[in-house]
Amino acid sequence: MSVGLEHYLILSAILFAIGLYGALAKRNAIVILMSIEIMLNAVSIAMVGFSRFIVPSLLTGQVFALFIMVVAAAETAVGLAIIVAIYRSHNTIDSTKINLMKW
Amino acid sequence: MIGLDITFWILAVTGIGAALMLVLLRNVFRAALCLILYLITVAGIYVTLSADFLAAVQILIYVGGISVVIIVAIMLTREVQKGNSSNKLRIPAFMVAILFLGVAGFALINTPWQLSTVPPLEPTTSALAGKLFGEGGFILPAEIAAFLLLAAILGAIVLVREK
Repeated sequence: MSVGLEHYLILSAILFAIGLYGALAKRNAIVILMSIEIMLNAVSIAMVGFSRFIVPSLLTGQVFALFIMVVAAAETAVGLAIIVAIYRSHNTIDSTKINLMKW
Repeated sequence: MIGLDITFWILAVTGIGAALMLVLLRNVFRAALCLILYLITVAGIYVTLSADFLAAVQILIYVGGISVVIIVAIMLTREVQKGNSSNKLRIPAFMVAILFLGVAGFALINTPWQLSTVPPLEPTTSALAGKLFGEGGFILPAEIAAFLLLAAILGAIVLVREK
């Protein structure tokens, strides 16, 4: 059976699930950020797959993937800056110990 | 087409393995190296989807930029020894991930996608540029994206500046 749209979508779903588990279950804030990168890339794979198999001459999915990349770059820069600032003031990036705003 | 299929399966297995290693490895620095491997396999998957420009941009931005920033942040925070441990929500998080995978897989397989048989554009760069900047394209989101990047850079500088 040749590789089609479903293969790419299932691959994207598996990668998204792995990233979801990492983002929910990890203590280290940088690992959480890396898991979010996994999820964003998985969604990009699904977008490019739709673009390739459903509207091959329109490329709308690839444009969406480009915008996902832009937002991911901005998110990583701000997220890592926040993590470094928290490390300076609290001396930890353990997400279970950063509870300053916890009610 | 056989070569494309084999490439897809190799890349898929490598990517899933790298993502799993990222989540499961104890050492945070090695997890970052797994993230780089994962990003490279995603670029390869873009190539198999004949998205050549996106693959190049993926290598440039993710493998060249974001991974370096992440490794610098890991070195600045010195939490490598404490490891990549899980919190108390490990089992509920696993359940949520499995549930998501089941629901998404069921929906994806049972949806009748209207596949097109048109062959894909081979060099996508000029078509992508026309789509982004041409008539009726995505010019306003592109401008907003530039503004977002500027705001993000300024915010990052303000956040990490020494008081």
